[in-house]
Order: sequence, then structure tokens, then C-alpha cells
Amino acid sequence: MSTKFGRLVSLVYKRRFSTSTSIQKGGSEQGVKSLNLCSAINQALHIALDSDPRSYVFGEDVSFGGVFRCTTGLADQFGKNRVFNTPLCEQGIVGFGIGLAAMGNRAIAEIQFADYIFPAFDQASYLPWLGLIVNEAAKFRYRSGNQFNCGGLTIRTPYGAVGHGGHYHSQSPEAFFCHVPGIKVVIPRSPRQAKGLLLSCIRDPNPIVFFEPKWLYRLAVEEVPEDDYMLPLSEAEVIREGSDVTLVGWGAQLSIMEQACTDAEKEGISCELIDLKTLIPWDKEKVEASVNKTGRLLVSHEAPITGGFGAEISASIVERCFSRILDAIKSTVKY
Amino acid sequence: MASWLFARSRTFFSTPHRSKSFFFLPFLNHSSSSSFRSTTLPHRNSPTLFCFSRHESTKADAQLELDHDVTEDDVNQAIDFPGGKVGFTSEMRFISETAQKRVPCYRVLDDNGELLKYSDYVQVSKEMGVKMYSHMVTLQTMDSIFYEVQRQGRISFYLTQMGEEAVNIASAAALAPDDIVLPQYREPGVLLWRGFTLQQFFHQCFGNTFDLGKGRQMPIHYGSNKHNYFTVSSPIATQLPQAVGAAYSLKMDGKSACAVTFCGDGGTSEGDFHAAMNFAALMDAPVVFICRNNGWAISTPVQEQFRSDGIVVKGKAYDIWGIRVDGNDALAVYSAVHTAREIAIREQRPILIEALTYRVGHHSTSDDSTKYRAIDEIEYWKMARNPVSRFKRWVERNGWWSDKDELELRSSIKKQLMHAIQVAEKAQKPPLEDMFTDVYDQVPSNLQEQERLLRKSIEKHPKDYPSDVPL
Repeated sequence: MSTKFGRLVSLVYKRRFSTSTSIQKGGSEQGVKSLNLCSAINQALHIALDSDPRSYVFGEDVSFGGVFRCTTGLADQFGKNRVFNTPLCEQGIVGFGIGLAAMGNRAIAEIQFADYIFPAFDQASYLPWLGLIVNEAAKFRYRSGNQFNCGGLTIRTPYGAVGHGGHYHSQSPEAFFCHVPGIKVVIPRSPRQAKGLLLSCIRDPNPIVFFEPKWLYRLAVEEVPEDDYMLPLSEAEVIREGSDVTLVGWGAQLSIMEQACTDAEKEGISCELIDLKTLIPWDKEKVEASVNKTGRLLVSHEAPITGGFGAEISASIVERCFSRILDAIKSTVKY
Repeated sequence: MASWLFARSRTFFSTPHRSKSFFFLPFLNHSSSSSFRSTTLPHRNSPTLFCFSRHESTKADAQLELDHDVTEDDVNQAIDFPGGKVGFTSEMRFISETAQKRVPCYRVLDDNGELLKYSDYVQVSKEMGVKMYSHMVTLQTMDSIFYEVQRQGRISFYLTQMGEEAVNIASAAALAPDDIVLPQYREPGVLLWRGFTLQQFFHQCFGNTFDLGKGRQMPIHYGSNKHNYFTVSSPIATQLPQAVGAAYSLKMDGKSACAVTFCGDGGTSEGDFHAAMNFAALMDAPVVFICRNNGWAISTPVQEQFRSDGIVVKGKAYDIWGIRVDGNDALAVYSAVHTAREIAIREQRPILIEALTYRVGHHSTSDDSTKYRAIDEIEYWKMARNPVSRFKRWVERNGWWSDKDELELRSSIKKQLMHAIQVAEKAQKPPLEDMFTDVYDQVPSNLQEQERLLRKSIEKHPKDYPSDVPL
């Protein structure tokens, strides 16, 4: 199903992606190295395989390093029993991963492009007619009354537009998975975040879909601590403080939003920018607190608007902050 | 009568044209070869040829599809293709879709439970034989009681194993307790064999607080970690690729055990079946696939499910060993599964077993199968080909079983079952909080919030909520 996309990386111009990230757990500033997002992921995978002998990395083409090179060097270091190619079959990859995880292993599966994750849908959810990520991974613990779980499963997949990927190398399917109780959805915005969040996902006792912004694989370069550190899941981060409007986003879109904040500042608008990081279960409280301060909310995502996760955020925040938003509207409208 | 299941409505592929007038040299005539593309099949023993059929160019297709009978021109003339050398031939011949003769079905006992001469089977001790028979009777009795209980409206749903008791019990008997079982849903006999009590079956079907699944799933969705029996999931065939993952884990841990997974004939049409077979073969996973070919996927007969000679032939394309066994012959099933398990572990390879059996009961209590199949057909399988009475005759013939034993067994099981119903029915429903736990390892804030909302709503409208659920 997958088609290759080898030339992508060389076509993207280099630009530094700056964030105001601070390391939240561990991570001494000693041994910090400038890395792009792809190398940060690669480093996280090295650490994951090194720190747990029951961890495995597999997927289409991962053995030689993967089409995006995120798995480079892993097979050489950890052997082909722990890092291996699978046939071209997404439902097989996820189904195999669930079985491996259910036996107490850390199964780190790669789906080459998020656009091709749909055959694996059934292996992942709740409703019997929906589908392995949705029907199997997500419900494994619940349906067994906590007798079995596949919490060791992490599905990594590159998502999002890069400018020339067309329909099938550009999609942002995160909302589909956010509708499924039982899995977590995590999207990093930068190399340092990617490494810390991926390690948390791999070690979290729940199945997780980890969407990697492929636009940033080589574009985003950041100082990344070389040691083993984890960033907390379900914890949003205010990456820019402001007082007039709250902006919420995740992944690659944050770089666009950061630019928008800078532009707005020139016009005298003070923006607060929040990186949600974990989409489900998401940090409602942090967004709520910010909107209660600013009275306004703007959500921006790459995915289609209709039925997008932005709608979920808007609905929840309107429900929680209705009177504050109303006040803001009142004070804004001038007669 | 027995041939109904195997009757084929179409003729076999006739012997391919051997005329040399169709002869042309490989790779020369692009336009004429393209006309054969639609009828070309990949070679079953040579995965490398499959790669050719995926090429954009059609030139190689017709020439390279070899059959066993096709003579290679010269053994030294071969294409050194990734995956191994492939010989050339100048004979243009398409591979037929299937063999002229159907794959025979391995059996040990005839319809009267008499041991066939020169049978190749695994010996069963008196103790084992009696235990197998007793469990088959228990399963049979459990099914009829549960069915009645559902009909009385005391449980919401049920699904019987009638006609498939031999596949259930004999396969379980042939396995070791360490073997990991990933069931479909018509194999509770395996769990019964492993020591899941009648009481536990009833707790699950009544969805009470003692159900290990905490009352969350429909009846018959059993699972028990203690018994290495993964919890049943409704979607068809999803357990098959998972079994390969579980088997790979056993392999990496160097365990002397295998994964065993079940599916039905309908399940083999799912993508997951094919994914699992391919993954298992490539990863040399010690997994035994047992397909209960019971003739019907709800109302769809096997003739409308696949054109192939059943399921066992499908393994061949994936380079997986397989055997077709009479699923109503407990001794044959026991022997086949016992041997398959040994090979899977010793040689670290997957095995596919196709058990020919018959679903005597309706698909479930929500189904009336007389709407789509002949009563005569059901009766024939229920009476003449009954796997329980067949095995009974063999056990009796060995002098291991008497009428007195039979009476005692049946009355004792019935007593246990009646008692188990009463206990299960009286037990409390699981508490409300169980609705929100185990979605994740811990209840996240969004679910805590939903639980609070639900409790508020119950406080406000207590009459609109079931009174038997502890808050």
C-alpha cells in the first residue's frame, strides 16, 4: 500500500525551529547535542532498545533505516531479531504488535505513513464494527477486565503535509484515533520534545499512536540532551505567554502559530500559545485556565476542520468557560 | 449425503494448452503476452515470481508462471532472481487454479467410532480418553442448558458449539497448559479443558460481579489469564496476527510452547488471516492455526466464501505446512494437533490445520438457520456424524466406559449446572465504577469527569437507571 517518498527531505529548506521548551524531567544540560527531529527519534529508539531487552522495533523497511532514516543503525546494534522488516501489511504490523505487547514486551511498530494506517484501524478500537488499533489495541485491557493488556505497544507514524506529498503522503488522521477510548495520541513539536515524549510513550502502560511531523524531520533542529529522559503525557505546555487570546495547537502546526503570534504582537495583540502534545487524554485544565485568563480561544490544526479535534476542544472550552468568553465578547464589541 | 459439503458447482480447470503454436521466446513479444495477463496466476511455490506479477511491464508474466509439470529447458538456464534461482522454460503453460483431486481428509475413527486399519495416530491413554469424552459431554450439556436459559430470557445471548465438540476438546487435550490460546469465539471447550469452572462460565454469561471481564462484554466472550486463554473479541480474525506476535515472543524467550489460534471458514476471507499466515511464515513463528471449517459463516455457505479447495491449500501459497483433518473425529484432531504442536515448537514454524466439521446449532441465539439451510442437512450432521457419540463408541469399545458411567456423568453435570445458574443469577452486577476503569491503566481526567456527570444524572433521575447496579 505504501509508496515511497525518498526525495522529500532534500527539498525542504532548512530553518531552525525554535521552541521555549524546558526539560521537565531529568535531562541535565550536560551532554546536549544539536539534533534534527529524525535523529532525536533515532536516539530515543536506541535508548529504548538498550534500556529494555524485551523491546522490539519493526515495520516496513525499518531494517535498513526506514524511508525517513529514523531507524538507522538499530538493526546493526541490536540485531535482526529485535529490529526487523515486516511485509507490506499495516494490519499485520499492528496485529503482530498487539500480540507481542500482550506477552509483556515493548512493541514499537512503524507505519511508514499515517496515510496508510487505515488498514490497521480494526486492530486498534471499541466498537466491533469500527475496526485492530480501534477494536483490538484500544479495548484489550477493558474487555478482559484488566486480565490482559497491550500497553507495551507504540505505533509510530509520520503525518502531515510537506508541500508536495499529494493526498496520500500528507494526511493528518489524528482525530480518528482521538475518538477511541483506550489509546493515547501523542504528537511532538520539536526534536527535544520528540525524544522525551517518544520514550514516555514506549514506557507508558497503554497503547499509543505517536504521530511524527514529517515536515520537521530535518527542518527542525534543536539542542537535545543525550541522556535518557522522559516528558510527561497528558500535560500541555504554555510555550508563549500572553493575555489577549489563547492559541492551541500541536505538532508542526505550532511553528505556523508561533509565527502568527509574532505577527499579532506587532499589531498589539498579546497571544498565549499552548502545545497540547497529548491529544487524548488531553490537558483540559491548562487550556481552561488560559482561556479564563484571555477570554478567547483559537485552535489551529492541519487536519480537515469538519469533525476535527479542534471542534472537541472548542466544545469543551465553551462548556467550561462560557461566561468568561461572553465577557470577552462583550468587552470587544463596540457600538 | 456426506458429499454435499464438497460438491463443486463448476468444472475443474482443464489441462492448459500445450500447443507449441503458442510458443514464443520470453521477453520478446510484449503485445501478445499482455493478453494473457488477466489469466495469469502467481506460482505457488515460488514467492519470487510474485514480484514479477507486480511489475508494470507484463512481458514476463505468461512465460514465467511455471507448474510442476512444465519442463525446464535447461537446468543451467535460470534467472538469478532475489530469493533464489528460477529456471526458464519455453513451454507456455498456465498454472491451473487447483489440483484435480481435493486434499484428502485425515481421520482415524470411522463414523461408527471404529479404529481404521493402519491408522497413523497418537496413542491416547484410558485416563485421557475418558477425560476427553467427559469434557465433550460437559460441553454439550452446558450448551443445551445455556441455550434454554437464553430462551427463557435470563441471559441476553448465547452461541453453542453443537457439532464441534471434538475440535474444541480434542485440540485442547493435545496442547500443553503453557501454550497460549487466542480463540475466535466457538472454542470455550479449550477453556473448559484448562480448568475454567462451570460457575465461571455462568458468571460471564450473566455479566455479574464475579465475571473476570467485569460484565463488559456480551455473553460467551470468555477469557482467563490464569489459563493462558486470551479474552474473546467479537471482530473476526483479528486474533490471528496477534497470535503470530505472541508466538514470536515465545520464540525470543526460548520457551518450549507455541501459540494456538482458532478461526472459522468465514474468517479466512478476512485480510487478517492472510496477514497472519504471511507474517508467521516469514518470522518462523511457532504458531498453530486451527480453522474450524464448519460449512457456514452465519448464512453464507463455504461455496460462496471461497473457490479454493477449502482452507488447507491456502497455507501452501505462504509456505506453511498444513493438514486437513476430520473435525468430528476426536482422535484424529488430537493426533493432528499434538503433532502440529510438536513440529511448531521443534522446528519453529507455523502449521495450518483445517478441521472439517459442521455447525449443528444456529450461528447464535439471534439466528434461525432453518431459514437458509435444509433441516435434513442439519439432522444428518447431528445424528450420523455426531462427534460425541462417535468418540463414545470408541471409548466404550475399549471397555473404558459403561452406561452407568454415562448416567452418573450426565446427572452430575446437570446438577452442577443448575447450581451454577442459581449462584450466577443471584450475584450482584458489577459496580458503576467498573464502566470507567481499565480503559487505561489509570482513569484519566476526562473519564473521571464523565463518571461524575453520570453519577449526577443518576442522582437526579434515579428511576431511569437500573436499580441492580451498585453505585
